[in-house]
Amino acid sequence: MALTEQEILAGIGKIINEITGIPANEVTPEKSFVDDLDIDSLSMVEIAVAAQDEFGVEIPDDQLKHLKTVKDVINFIQN
Amino acid sequence: MKTSQGAPGAKILAFGHYQPSNVVTNDDLSATMETNDAWIQSRVGIKERRIAPDNESEIDLAVQAGGKALAASGLAVSDIDLVIVATCTLETQIPNAAGRVATRLGIDAPGAFDVNTACSGFCYALAVANDAIRAGSATHVLVVGTEKLSQWIDWTDRATAVIFADGAGAAVVGPSDTPGIGPVVWGSAGDKFDAIIIKDRDSFLHQEGQTVFRWATTELHPIAKEICERSGVAPADLAAFVPHQANLRIIESIARKLGADNAVVAKDIVLAGNTSAASIPLALSRMIERGEVQAGGLALLLGFGAGLTYAGQIIEIP
Repeated sequence: MALTEQEILAGIGKIINEITGIPANEVTPEKSFVDDLDIDSLSMVEIAVAAQDEFGVEIPDDQLKHLKTVKDVINFIQN
Repeated sequence: MKTSQGAPGAKILAFGHYQPSNVVTNDDLSATMETNDAWIQSRVGIKERRIAPDNESEIDLAVQAGGKALAASGLAVSDIDLVIVATCTLETQIPNAAGRVATRLGIDAPGAFDVNTACSGFCYALAVANDAIRAGSATHVLVVGTEKLSQWIDWTDRATAVIFADGAGAAVVGPSDTPGIGPVVWGSAGDKFDAIIIKDRDSFLHQEGQTVFRWATTELHPIAKEICERSGVAPADLAAFVPHQANLRIIESIARKLGADNAVVAKDIVLAGNTSAASIPLALSRMIERGEVQAGGLALLLGFGAGLTYAGQIIEIP
């Protein structure tokens, strides 16, 4: 049951909105978490945990630090 | 050999609390380290905290809080036969705090011991007080959570200096015909012992923020639900949820996942900072004082922190 990039993006947008209040439509693949969305490392952990619940894919801390953009997370979840 | 017989249950008769008078705001901290009010409020949720002066010790804080709880309980000091102090920031290695706190309060020769499980200390100590009364080892117990974290903090380390603070909270526990303190759920993750650590007398408090954050936001909401199940209380029936005041985002995350929709969630960290073992009784005592919760309502207490350890139980609000 492979999810499309659009489906994952929608899921991530919803998660980011719940955790940070950022509108889901502002969450687009090319955006950087730190520079564009102003999301800090603790929020990234919350997002990773929520993504695990949503997509069943674990993102450990040592992998999380390499995921700089929304696209990086989408790719990680797809693979 | 005979065995002792205690009361059918135990309940909290009164709370008390004490904070040092010295208020330290985020702007005060910004003057001495690279930080600012907006950053601290969004990352941790704290606006201000209390820091005790050099001549006010963690024992002094405990005595103040304990004295207030005793006065509110209506008991005589001679009624107290056990004193338990939860603390991890005691300056002296030996003796413990409990004996000195008892003496200063005029409590004559009670059982006296300390519990060091850091931020889960109050809940561990309360569970033991409950068990002692039910087993007949004690009749009235003074349980205090007290911390002077400021004496173990590196004031140039903004990762810890903006978070930790000083304070004390106390509860007087007595016998009851029906349970006023529910079953404890406690546990630990000793593999993460170095996630929050003061490794020796010459060291400062060090915390692996992301490890603790991930553990707290994943492992603890199932524990909170288990506490509800073991007590036969649904999350919706809780009047209050009082987790350790570690970080506002951890508090909100656990509260959200617990689903205690009718509960007031303690957010004392905003004005008190993270006071480790003191945070839960301090928060709840202040909520009661402000009239945010009513007597007879049920509160879920959930302590968690260094160890890593956790403990929690449901109590009837006095």
